[in-house]
Order: sequence, then C-alpha cells, then structure tokens
Amino acid sequence: MLKTDTGPTSTKIAVKKLNFYYGKFHALKNINLEIPAGKVTAFIGPSGCGKSTLLRVFNRMFELYPEQRAEGQILLDGDDLLTSKEDVALLRAKVGMVFQKPTPFPMSIFDNIAFGVKLFEDLNATDMEERVEWALRKSALWGEVKDKLNQNGSSLSGGQQQRLCIARGIAIKPEVLLLDEPCSALDPISTAKVEELIVELKTDYTVVIVTHNMQQAARCSDYTAYMYLGDLIEFGATEQMFFKPTRKETEDYITGRFG
Amino acid sequence: MMSPALQKSRAAKFAQRNLVNHIATALALAAMAFGLFWLFWILIETVRLGIGGLSLATLTEMTPPPNEEGGLANAIYGSALMVGLATLVGTPIGVMAGIYLAEFDKTGWISNVIRFVNDILLSAPSIVIGLFVYAIAVNPFKTFSAAAGVFALALIVIPVVIRTTENMLHLVPSGLREAAYALGAPKWKVILSITLKAARAGVITGVLLAVARIAGETAPLLFTALSNQFWTSTLDQPMASLPVTIFKFAMSPYENWQKLAWAGVFLITVAVLALNIAARVLTRNKN
Repeated sequence: MLKTDTGPTSTKIAVKKLNFYYGKFHALKNINLEIPAGKVTAFIGPSGCGKSTLLRVFNRMFELYPEQRAEGQILLDGDDLLTSKEDVALLRAKVGMVFQKPTPFPMSIFDNIAFGVKLFEDLNATDMEERVEWALRKSALWGEVKDKLNQNGSSLSGGQQQRLCIARGIAIKPEVLLLDEPCSALDPISTAKVEELIVELKTDYTVVIVTHNMQQAARCSDYTAYMYLGDLIEFGATEQMFFKPTRKETEDYITGRFG
Repeated sequence: MMSPALQKSRAAKFAQRNLVNHIATALALAAMAFGLFWLFWILIETVRLGIGGLSLATLTEMTPPPNEEGGLANAIYGSALMVGLATLVGTPIGVMAGIYLAEFDKTGWISNVIRFVNDILLSAPSIVIGLFVYAIAVNPFKTFSAAAGVFALALIVIPVVIRTTENMLHLVPSGLREAAYALGAPKWKVILSITLKAARAGVITGVLLAVARIAGETAPLLFTALSNQFWTSTLDQPMASLPVTIFKFAMSPYENWQKLAWAGVFLITVAVLALNIAARVLTRNKN
C-alpha cells in the first residue's frame, strides 16, 4: 500500500552542505536535502549511517553534548536555525521530537502533557484540560486513559507510553515532529496504532521519521531518504525509491541484498 | 552417540564443579552466620539491658546527678535538635553540590577535584572533624556550644548527601533529560521537575542514611557541644546529646548512670534501625 501525493509541495526544512562531527569523527558528509511541508519523510539506512544524527540536528539536540558539532545550514522556513539568535527553547517548541524509548516523566499522565504546554503558555484550568484532552485524542490515547489522568505516566504499557510521548510533543503545537525510531521498542499492535497516527499527523504537521524498518517507511512515508556511512545516497518520493531507485546502492539495500 | 571417554570426563568434571559449588556455598553461609551472630548478640544485649533502664521517666526527666533518679530528656532533645539542624543545613548544600557534579560539570577538572576532596571528607575519621570544629568554632569563643555541634555534624552530612545525590542523578536515564529538553524546557526546569524528581527516592534515602550516621556520632560532639546537665534551647551554650551522655554515663561507676546509658543505647539503636528501614522502603517503592 503505497501512497504518493503529487500535489504541489513547499519546503519546510532545507539542509544545505551539512557536515557533522562527533569529536573528530565525521558523521554526516555534505548533506543536501529538502524536506517538504505537510508530508511524512522517512530516513532509512543501516545502523550508524547517520540518520538519527541528522534528525538530532533539526532541533539542535546535539548541542547538549559539547563534543558534537554541526557545520552548514539548516533552513527552517527560510531561516538558518543553526545560527539563529532565537533561543533554542523556542526552536524546540516549533520542532518537537519523540524518541526511540518511551520516556514518561515521573508525574501524572495529565502533568506529562501539561508540562510542555506550561513552558510556553499561561492557560487557565479549563483551557489546560481541553488542551490535554485534545492532545490525547489526537494521539489516539484518550479512550484508554481518560479515567486515569491522575495516575503516573509509567503505569501505562509501552505502546501507550509512546503515544503519551507523542501527545506530549503535539500538545505544544509544533510545526515539525521528529520521530526517532518511535516503534522499535513496541509490539506489532502498538506499532500499527502509532503508524496510523503518523499518517494522520501529517495533515497538521511536517513529520520526519527515522526507521530501521523498511516496510514501515513504505507504509507511512511520502518521501524517503536512504543514507549510508554519513552520505545521503538517494532522496525521492517513497514509491519511486521502492520501485525504481536510481542508485544501485539503494536498490541493494531495499531488496535486502545488503544491510 | 557420546564416546564413553567423553561421558566419563564429563561426569568427573561435573562432580568436581559440584564439590566446589558446595564448598563456596558453605563458606558464604558461614560468613553470613558470623556477621549475623554478632549483630544479633548486640541487638539482644541492647534490648535486654536497655529495656531495663527504660521507663517513662527516661523520656521526661533530666539527666540526674550520680545515684539519683532521672532520665535522658535533655539528651534526647539535644540530639534531636542538633541532628535536625545539621540535616537542615547539610542537605541543601549536599543536594546542590550533587546536582552540580551530575548535571553541570560531569567530567571537568573542577568536578574531579571536588569528587576527590569529597571522598576524603567522606572517609575522614569523625574525631578529626570534631577537633577541626573545636579549633575554629569553640576555641575562639571560649565556650563549647550546640552551634559548633551542629556545624560538626553538618560537615559529616554534606559529603554523604553529595555522593548519594550525584549517584542517584547518574542513574536517571539520559533519554528522560533529552525528552524534556526536546520540549524546550530550560535546564533548571529539567533538573528540578524531571531529573531530581525521578531520583527523589534515592536522594531522600541518602539523607536518611546520613541522619542515621550522625545520630550515633560521639567524637564530633565531644569537642563541640560537649554536654549539659540541664535542658537548654540556646545554641551558644553546651548541649547534651545521647551519644555523649552514653559515653559519660557508661564510663561512670554509678549504677543508675550505667542503666541510663543502656537505655540511651537502646533508643539510638531503635532510631537508626527505623531510619534504615525507612530508607529501604523508599528505594523499594521506586522500583
């Protein structure tokens, strides 16, 4: 089941001549890439190819670690976010991220979602309740947790925790949602739910997903980027990438001859 | 099919391993029995002799002169006050230093120096700390004082709390921090609302263990708060405490003092036991 949206697309994030270093290790080599707005873009490639690294540049997560360094430009709606004077917190409010392992905060389900909202907005109690419900409905979790919003977030199952993290991410109303292998710790049923969610999310957000699972990329992405050893090998519409890849390396990886 | 030679060698090896296994188990059990033997003897003696000296008067009356009736009220009060104040002073300093080491400067040379010095302070004999405080807080004022006692006890609390706070914060998975940063939370908010909260049970356990440690310290108080026959609430006067009173009474030739010393030992043991159990329960609830 492949989907191709052929309508006109604008670019949300443009990566220009990006190089990335872990200390002396050159992890991303001269990456150029345009991520379309309102679509799901998947990064695939074998372990260590740099797909998560690339994702973590988009919200400047790498800056937490002093030995990591990015050179080049990343234009978010035309403004370079790497050299922006804007506080990194405001960037992260626009570019949300969900991680591989579910990370519920040590607080109630309600507070897990309210935590991020409170950082940027002063909502009264009713508005906050509405926002929490909205985020939980959006992430298809409301029905399962509406009677236990005061329970600790870690009391949920793994799949529910991951949807809670997605709800937490969208509650602050970002424009871009970065998903770093969001299903790798989940069972097949939870994975299906999260994938359904990803497809729905693109009506409001630009979604970028890193995945090890090629079927997942095929199922839920519009565009796919194949990376290998820090190079971007090929980028294109998902259908084209899976049926008529222009590069031999891509074909080898996708057909399972390699990787 | 297995060859008979292989079968035989396997059986022999297995018997040998089994024997080593039994010997190791027996040695481990013996070591445990040895430890428990002394522990239980101490507890039984404490209870047997302590209960004898314990009465309502122990909790309500002042320490008596030799051969008169009395209790330990002023010593209990002094201990509770000084231990409480030392914990109140030492905990914030220790927690903040622990946060610095775990969250702000994990690998810098300043942190390494702090860790090294802290380890020395952690294992410093308490009599050294007692003498140090005597030199800087008792000698210049020409009087022993409860404040100096609090100072000495706080110096013992701080390194324990620094160490446990740092260790507990290190146990918080970095993914949790990253998730909070990814929402745009500032560093202080991440530390206070996420990491410290996730490590809360462990940090409190560290504080409880520090309290248990100073509750029984005698040497630092001997040189600082000394002791007092009477009930005092002012910090610039000498103040009685359970450990020092026990020390004084147990060494005396008077039978009523010796009885009260055992009652004091019993009280301290029960308090320390309760603190340790509380620490255990807290860490268990976390998991």
